[in-house]
Amino acid sequence: MGVEYPWFVDDAELLQRLLAGDETAFAALVTRYHPMLVRVARYYVNSEASAEDVAQDTWIAVLRGVDRFEGRSSFKTWLLRILVNRARSTGTKEHRAIPVDPTSTSSALAGRFDEGGAWREPVVPFTDVIEDSMVNKPVVRLVHEAISRLGEPQQAVVTLRDVEGLPTTEVAELLELSVANVRVILHRARTKVRADVEASLRGGG
Amino acid sequence: MMKLTTYSIVCRDAVELVSDYLEGALSRRDSRRLEKHLKGCPNCSAYLEQIRDTIAVAGEVSPNDLSPEALSDLVDLYRRFRSPLE
Repeated sequence: MGVEYPWFVDDAELLQRLLAGDETAFAALVTRYHPMLVRVARYYVNSEASAEDVAQDTWIAVLRGVDRFEGRSSFKTWLLRILVNRARSTGTKEHRAIPVDPTSTSSALAGRFDEGGAWREPVVPFTDVIEDSMVNKPVVRLVHEAISRLGEPQQAVVTLRDVEGLPTTEVAELLELSVANVRVILHRARTKVRADVEASLRGGG
Repeated sequence: MMKLTTYSIVCRDAVELVSDYLEGALSRRDSRRLEKHLKGCPNCSAYLEQIRDTIAVAGEVSPNDLSPEALSDLVDLYRRFRSPLE
């Protein structure tokens, strides 16, 4: 099934078309946001199947409530609020403890500094490693793979902040963390992703 | 052992500040310390660029891992939702 709307057709227009009963507009929104919903839901529930269910319920809520969406927040924010409310109640039913963040930054950079705290080996900018700036597709893949290997809550935080581009305050609110906490987790996640990408580039992967 | 003056930081400290620096969340004092360090340190400057690139690349393309099956399930959901209305 093809999704006929290209990326530059914005959410507001897709919503208008959805209200007019355009099925392809719904397919386009789903293509745009369903993977994000599942990833974020995964933070609250303890299985991929539950995360998928919560994401599906969110789309039903969207279909029910789309005519009441006033556009005061972005569609993405509205969607995430619906998801998080649902995911939270499901997550509570499943008695999932909010995971702690066991990894520290230093583990991603272990052994990289000498006794005085300086780099043992030179740090090479990714752009130098890649040479041809047109060929940064592999780096896109490496970064997304590295993000997918992160544990929670790092994955949820980096997904919302760096992949989806939400403001830190909104990330904090959605995940019920303090802003300071979001920043610490974000720092750790970015440190890890960078180290992962660097290792892959060095390994020629 | 190297003795640190109040105002200077080493690479190991600098990497801990980079993310907050890019978030605009560092105190003015820490920002100044980091910037001073970066000026004299090509390695940490390269590190900052790597983190910046990582963030830029993460936001460049949302990974689209929606399978055709998942998409058709959701479109079915849409059809089931619409049909009683029509």
